[in-house]
Amino acid sequence: MSILVTNGRVIDPSQGLDDNLDILIERTKIKELFPRGKGPKADRTIDAKGCIVIPGLVDMHTHLREPGFEYKETIATGTMAAVRGGFTTVCCMPNTNPVNDTVAVTEFIIEKATKEGSCTVLPIGAVTKGSKSEELTELDMLQKSGCVAFSDDGLPVSNSLIMRRALEYSKIFGIPVISHCEDPALAHGGSMNEGFISTTVGLKGIPNAAEDIMVARDIMLSELTGGQLHIAHVSTEGAVRLIREAKTRGINVTAETCPHYFSITDDSIKGYNTNFKVNPPIRTSGDMSAIKEGLKDGTLDVIATDHAPHHLDDKDREFDTAAFGISGLETAFALGLLLVDQKVLSLKQLIRKMTVTPSKILNINKGTLTPESDADIAIINLKKKYTVDSSNFLSKGKNSPFDKWELKGTIEKTISMGKVFDWS
Amino acid sequence: MLETRNLLGIKELSPEEIYSILDTAAGFKDVLRRDIKKVPPLRGKTVANLFFEPSTRTRTSFELAAKRLSADVINFSAPTSSVLKGETLKDTVLTIQALGADIVVVRHSSAGVPHFLSRIQDMSVINAGDGANEHPTQALLDLFTIQSNKKKIKGLTVVIVGDIIHSRVARSNIYALTKLGAKVRIICPPTLMPVEIDKLGIEVHDSMEKGLKNADVVMMLRLQLERQSKGFFPSLEEYYNLYGLTSPRLKLAKNDAIVLHPGPMNRGVEIESEVADGPQSLILEQVTNGLAVRMAVLYLLSGVKK
Repeated sequence: MSILVTNGRVIDPSQGLDDNLDILIERTKIKELFPRGKGPKADRTIDAKGCIVIPGLVDMHTHLREPGFEYKETIATGTMAAVRGGFTTVCCMPNTNPVNDTVAVTEFIIEKATKEGSCTVLPIGAVTKGSKSEELTELDMLQKSGCVAFSDDGLPVSNSLIMRRALEYSKIFGIPVISHCEDPALAHGGSMNEGFISTTVGLKGIPNAAEDIMVARDIMLSELTGGQLHIAHVSTEGAVRLIREAKTRGINVTAETCPHYFSITDDSIKGYNTNFKVNPPIRTSGDMSAIKEGLKDGTLDVIATDHAPHHLDDKDREFDTAAFGISGLETAFALGLLLVDQKVLSLKQLIRKMTVTPSKILNINKGTLTPESDADIAIINLKKKYTVDSSNFLSKGKNSPFDKWELKGTIEKTISMGKVFDWS
Repeated sequence: MLETRNLLGIKELSPEEIYSILDTAAGFKDVLRRDIKKVPPLRGKTVANLFFEPSTRTRTSFELAAKRLSADVINFSAPTSSVLKGETLKDTVLTIQALGADIVVVRHSSAGVPHFLSRIQDMSVINAGDGANEHPTQALLDLFTIQSNKKKIKGLTVVIVGDIIHSRVARSNIYALTKLGAKVRIICPPTLMPVEIDKLGIEVHDSMEKGLKNADVVMMLRLQLERQSKGFFPSLEEYYNLYGLTSPRLKLAKNDAIVLHPGPMNRGVEIESEVADGPQSLILEQVTNGLAVRMAVLYLLSGVKK
């Protein structure tokens, strides 16, 4: 089955392309690129007039919740939400139930994804057994069975010695340890950013220091060991500063941030709306500026979603006990486009941070339109406006603080391994 | 008159609304001096006390206030309810609404619960204390007490001493006093100071000797032992040595300074008995005023159309 995508503006940062090109897809692969109109006849033609045609987005931080929390999301619904948001590759974090700390769980996830998923699912294996920060998992077996990175995300690796060992040992495989940076004692009991707002709403806060301390620790351990470190969901000004400084000294560290950290600040918590409750928490405008600066100067390499769907029962309650997390796959790219409007990033830089850069960090052959790579494509109308309606999300998780936001940039079609999803 | 059907906090009240409540409370204080302490405005209405945290004072006060206004009262106390069977807050309040209550008075350990309740059902919600956020009727009765004795709020120097970081009484009072033009100071160890609280336009001190100078009102907070984690201060004895209100320390305030305490007191921890029982203490008057203020709040809220 061949598909020709024609009439679109093809932007592929991995090849330095920004041109009017046709793309020929054969079965699950990209066959060849042609100048516009010069592409051969195909079984199906997709007219991408008025749209950009880019590599399918790669999310290196998603929670698919299966196995164990299927009431919040399944691999089927989560990957559907992914393609709806223009993502064709998602890396799922291991804080499932059971935790993905064995080959059995990794294989389960991969098999489920093959049978029921709508896009490529690459599991991230736990660093420690049960994510308890006590014993290393069998990292070799995990990566051989398909894990592309290691993380205890949801939790920090609180034992510094174990984090050291993980960074050292992972050098065998050349894949990153992704760190959720949070000092448990400092953060304990907090449900939002510690600052003026938390003082006025009477909620216990999580200080920036809780994140910065672990970022500093992990950078030093990466320096000590030479291990490949990737900092997850950066939210603070201090973390950006530390990562920037570490990079100038050539330390093997990369970092990601998420759309909520560059789109909203903690004064939106005044109404106690639990859709704004997330870990790390949404911070101040000073932190938001630093995040944008970090994206602009390359300190923050990747925009990931940290898609964290929750059932209404876990959110529709008192703020203290509500679950942490934002359902982010279906709003990520459009929020990224706001950065382009604000001249924080160019369109190419935005696309780069969501395609080729995460792929390089994970050493996977995704995020590119190079011939022979997988037919993963997102066709996006940059100018079309729409209003976010979280009740209509394809994800089971409707927990979004962006509900009713007026955004631009609709995903018109997503092609995942040659399968076309038409959203128009 | 009140603009809103709910009393979620002082943050949401204008100075005019605050004065309206205080004026109405003055009227009800008169009622409480009569032989027959009953008036009919809430006859046929039902007030539900929804208390998820222990309370003798506030709950009894609200119950009595509702009865004095001729309302029917239902009392819900978490430890003896289906909450123990795992029933959610949401289901509990919807059940109470289904039973026909008109006003729900809620106290809960989580900040934002009254706001949450106001979104999910139609009864009027009165915040009787939500976590460390607010305790608006306490601040209102404190204002009433100050005003009764000092004839004004504006320009007074009011000092609040104690476990500010965990105190909803402190927050509500800070909002109320600053809204009405008082000069507010807090005194506490740095470990009990909320982050950036000076941005609320108040003075912050860690010394009684410095902070009490020329105060018109000294408001002592109970050291909230049940809300502490370790590490805020080394011992109660050390706390008393540094921050206890003793007679010598009270002399640093103005000669006619008044002493308030929301109760219950930890005698010998935050306040010396001699001061608590002394001539400058209005602690018991606060309780009486609390009844009048809560009658005023119930009366004004029940009059606001849906």
